[in-house]
Amino acid sequence: MKIESIQDLEKIKQQYSSGLYNPGVVKVNVGMASCGIAAGAQAAYDKAAAAFEGDKDVLICQTGCIGFCEAEPLVEIFADGKPRVMYKNITEDRILDAIEDYRNGVSRKKWILGQLRDPRCLLEDDVDNPVDKVEPYEDIPFLEEVPFYKNQVKVALRNCGYIDPDCIEQYIARKGYFAFLDALKNKEPGQIIDIVKASGLRGRGGGGFPTGIKWATCAKHEGERYIICNADEGDPGAYMDRSILEGDPHSVLEGMLIAAFAIGSRQGFIYVRNEYPLAVKRLMTAIKQAESCGLLGDDIAGTGFSFNIKISTGAGAFVCGESTALMASLEGQVGRPRAKYVHTVEKGFRNSPSNLNNVETYANVPPILLKGADWYSGLGTEHSKGTKVFSLVGKVKNTGLVEVPMGISLKEIVFSIGGGVPKKKKFKAVQTGGPSGGCIPEKYMDLPVDYQRLAEVGSIMGSGGMIVMDQDTCMVDVARYFLDFLKEESCGQCNPCREGIKQMLDILTRICQGEGQEGDIELLEELGSMVQKFSLCGLGTSAPNPVLTTILYFRQEYESHIRDKKCPAGVCKKLFHYEIDSEACTGCHVCARKCPQEAISGEKKKPHVIDQEKCIKCGICYDACKFNAIAIR
Amino acid sequence: MNEASEIQTRQDPEIDFRQLDDIIEGQFGNDKENLIMILQAIQKQYNYLPKPALTYLAAKIKVPVSKIYGVATFYATFSLEPRGRNIVSICLGTACHVRGGDRVRERICETLNITDGQTTPDGRFTLETVRCIGCCSLGPVVKINDDMYGRIGSDEVEKVLNQYE
Repeated sequence: MKIESIQDLEKIKQQYSSGLYNPGVVKVNVGMASCGIAAGAQAAYDKAAAAFEGDKDVLICQTGCIGFCEAEPLVEIFADGKPRVMYKNITEDRILDAIEDYRNGVSRKKWILGQLRDPRCLLEDDVDNPVDKVEPYEDIPFLEEVPFYKNQVKVALRNCGYIDPDCIEQYIARKGYFAFLDALKNKEPGQIIDIVKASGLRGRGGGGFPTGIKWATCAKHEGERYIICNADEGDPGAYMDRSILEGDPHSVLEGMLIAAFAIGSRQGFIYVRNEYPLAVKRLMTAIKQAESCGLLGDDIAGTGFSFNIKISTGAGAFVCGESTALMASLEGQVGRPRAKYVHTVEKGFRNSPSNLNNVETYANVPPILLKGADWYSGLGTEHSKGTKVFSLVGKVKNTGLVEVPMGISLKEIVFSIGGGVPKKKKFKAVQTGGPSGGCIPEKYMDLPVDYQRLAEVGSIMGSGGMIVMDQDTCMVDVARYFLDFLKEESCGQCNPCREGIKQMLDILTRICQGEGQEGDIELLEELGSMVQKFSLCGLGTSAPNPVLTTILYFRQEYESHIRDKKCPAGVCKKLFHYEIDSEACTGCHVCARKCPQEAISGEKKKPHVIDQEKCIKCGICYDACKFNAIAIR
Repeated sequence: MNEASEIQTRQDPEIDFRQLDDIIEGQFGNDKENLIMILQAIQKQYNYLPKPALTYLAAKIKVPVSKIYGVATFYATFSLEPRGRNIVSICLGTACHVRGGDRVRERICETLNITDGQTTPDGRFTLETVRCIGCCSLGPVVKINDDMYGRIGSDEVEKVLNQYE
C-alpha cells in the first residue's frame, strides 16, 4: 500500500480509528515497554493471548509505555459503550481475572488505577470523544484526576500507551504523517523552519539550543546534508527516549522526515544505544513499514523528495552522546569529541553539514506543524516553550515518566505528581541533568522547570532524568558516584578532563573512606573550576557540576565526613555502624533471620543486638526492619 | 597492555570464515563505517571478539588491526576475552545506585567470588556493571542474559543466580 496524499492517510485513519476507540470487542492493551516487560508484562501478555486465542470477543494487544512505572505491568481494558479502565500491577497470575472483572462490571477496585475520560490524542480535534456519552463507573477515579496524571500534558508522549508501536496504521489513525505530507505538499522548506523557530522548541537532549536556528544554519551550508537522531541516551536515570522509541517510533521518523525536507537532506541516521534492544527492534519495524508505505525511500508521494534512514547502534560509550563524538562513532571510529571551532551543522558527519537532534525533539515536531507555533509557544515559560518529559525515579513514591509543561515547579513534580518520598523518610535533594547536572536542595523546590532557572542554581535541564534523594542518600557518595562514572566515560584525550576528574575522584574516595583532610573541599572547588573551564567538550566542562553543587548545598555533610569521620546518611561504610535501638525493637526477629552474617541475636520479643565484629554493613537489616529500630550511628 | 599480550597467548576457537564473510560482507557490505556494528555481530556469534576474527576483519574492510583494537577497547560492550555462559549485568545507574545497587553488587561479588569484568573459573558467570539499562523505575535492576530482575534485594541474589547453569 503506497501512500501518496493526505486523502490516503485520511482513509487509513477512518479505517483504524475504530480499532483504537470502538473495537467492537473487549480490547486489552498491555503496556509492553522494556520496563513493563521487566515487571512481568510479557508473561501476562502471553498468558492472555493463549487463553483468548481464537476468541472473537476479546483482543489482546501490545502498546508502549503507559508512564506510571511504579504500577507496572499496566493493562488498559475497554469495549464499546463502556468506560475504559486502567488496571495496575497486572502480572501473569492476575490478567485473566482482570479481564473477567472488566467483563463482569468492574468490582476489583483495588486493582484499578482509574478510568479514562478521553483517550484521544491532542492532534485529533476532529474525532468525537468515544467515551463522551458513556456513563462512568462510580467510585473509580478518573485517570486525569489521579495525582500522577493530573498535571501532565502529553505532546511527545501523545501516543505512548495508546497505540501498538508495531502498527503504522494506528499511528496514522492518530494523525501521524499528516504533518509531514502536508509540509511536503503544501509548504516551502523555509516556511517549516520559520514555524519551528516561532514555536520556541529547544533541543531536548540537554543543551537546549533552539531547534529552528539549528535547522536554518544547517540548511544554509552547501553539500550533502545529513539528518541525525541522537538516541544514545546515556544519562543514567533517564529513559524517556527509550520510551518514545519503544512506544511511538513513527513520531521520531516523522520528525526526521520533516527536518530532512526543511533542511534538504536525503539520508538520515539514528544512533541508538545497543543497551536498548527493544527500541532497536521497534525502530527497524517502523522503518520497514514506512518504506513499504512509500513514506521513506525514493520519490516520496510522487514529489521527487527522497529520504532514507539507517540505524546505527552504539556500543556503550557515554561520551558518544556528544555531537562530534557521536558522528565519529557513526563513521566507525573511536568516539572522541573534537573542538567545535567549526560547528557540526557546517562540517559534521563525513565532513558534511549535519543536523543532530535528540529523540524527544523530533517527536515534538509533528504536533508543532499540525497545531501551529502559537499553540506550542503558548505552553511553558518565556524562554522555555512547550513540554518536557522527565523520568521521575529514585526515592519517590510514584516513579515513572511524566510530561509536564515547562515552568511547573520542581515541588509539583516531586510531591504532587511523584507523591513525595516513600516510607516517611525525609526528602533531601533532587538531581537533574545526569552526570552533567547538579543536586537541587529543598529550599529551591519552588523553582520552575526552565532552562535558565535550573542553570542559575548550578544544575541543568539535561535530557530529563530527575532522581529524588532522601535522608539515606549520602551527598558526598553521590558526587563520588558521578565522578566514578565520568572517570570511566572520559574519552581521555584532553588533560583537564582525564586527569582532573581522576584527581577529584581520588579526593572524594578518600573522604568517603574517612581519610579526608582539612582543605579537601577547597581543593575540590579549585580543581572543579579548572576542569570546567579548560576541558574540550561538554562532558568535561560539566563534569564538576555534581561535586560543586553538593559542596554548595550540602557542605555540612562534607565537613562531617572530614572532621567528625561520620557519614550521617549511613552509606560510607567506614564512617558509620548499625545499632539496634532497644526501645524501638520489638524483637520480631526478622532482621536476625535475614542477616547473611548471622550477626544479630536476641530472644523473641526482646530487643536484639548486632555483633559489630561480624557485621558487614550490608544494610539488609536496615531495609527489613518495619519499626525503624536499626539506627545509623 | 595486559589485554594485548593475553590475546596472543590465549587459544582461540575455530573460526568459520564463511560465517564471518556473511557478517562482514553479507550484512554490512565490507563498509568500514559499519565497524562497530560488525564487531557487535562478531561478538554475538562468539560471545567475545576472537583475535583471528579481528585480523580477518581488518583485511576485509581495509582498516589496520591497531585501529580495530582501538575501537574494540574504547567501547564498553566489547570483550577481548571469552566470557561466561551467563552474563550478569548489574545496573549502577543513578536510580539503582541510590536504591542500593552497590549492595546488590557486593552480594553478587561475594556469592560468585569475582569482581566486575571477571568470569568464574567454571565459566558459568561473567559479571559486568552497566550504567543504566533504562529501567530506573524498577531499581535496583540486575540483568542476567536477557532476563531482567527489578527491585531486587541483596538477600535475593543467591536464589536468582542459582537459576542459571
